[in-house]
Amino acid sequence: MAASSTDRIEKQVDLQASISRVWRALTDHREFGQWFGVNLELPFRTGEMTRGNITYPGYEHVVMEVTVNEMKPEERFSFFWHPFAVDPAVDYSHEEQTLVEFTLDAIPTGTRLTVIESGFDKIPAARRDEAFRMNEGGWTEQVKNIEKYVIESP
Amino acid sequence: MKLLAKLSEGRSLSISRLAEDSPLTRQAITRHLLVLQTAGLVRGVRQGRENLFQLEPEALDEARQALDRISRQWDHALASLKAFVENDEAD
Repeated sequence: MAASSTDRIEKQVDLQASISRVWRALTDHREFGQWFGVNLELPFRTGEMTRGNITYPGYEHVVMEVTVNEMKPEERFSFFWHPFAVDPAVDYSHEEQTLVEFTLDAIPTGTRLTVIESGFDKIPAARRDEAFRMNEGGWTEQVKNIEKYVIESP
Repeated sequence: MKLLAKLSEGRSLSISRLAEDSPLTRQAITRHLLVLQTAGLVRGVRQGRENLFQLEPEALDEARQALDRISRQWDHALASLKAFVENDEAD
């Protein structure tokens, strides 16, 4: 966590699955949609945008849009998006985006996945607060539901 | 950020007070304060004939909390991914 502590989120998880399996789960838009909870219409392609509705109950009106920044097979996948873009009445297209980067490393037990989301400092604090309030309550619970669903229906 | 440091002592300060021992002009300080106000980090309060400025107390905290919340969303998303690829592999 080198940069400003409010500018980025960094996560690491060890997965007992091959790099190619993890790569497919990240970059096949249908597989991504299954674990992330979104119905992406188009495949991920470098420099192109794909969008789709969130599939969490109560958030189906939310359209998620991501623009692929880089696809380096089985190494790195990154895209730009608008975090917390949950209000259909607001046009977020002119606001700054954050960059989400997935990096894959082979380890003896499978794959080490690092996720870095950065660029939060460019987003107006007022908007963060608004989004923060909108997300409060519902989102975390819904994500738990999805997690449960994915575990029960592999 | 010096302005924020001065305000972080918890008092409401006027532009003249903020301009004391500052290399910035009053105009520059006014501009900075406007930016900080737009970003929701400070608020202006009218006191008599003066405009005082104070730190928006929860603003910095809330920005951090928003980040913590997204951070937890990532935790959940990655737990879903983990279940997804590991169950799949066992099939």
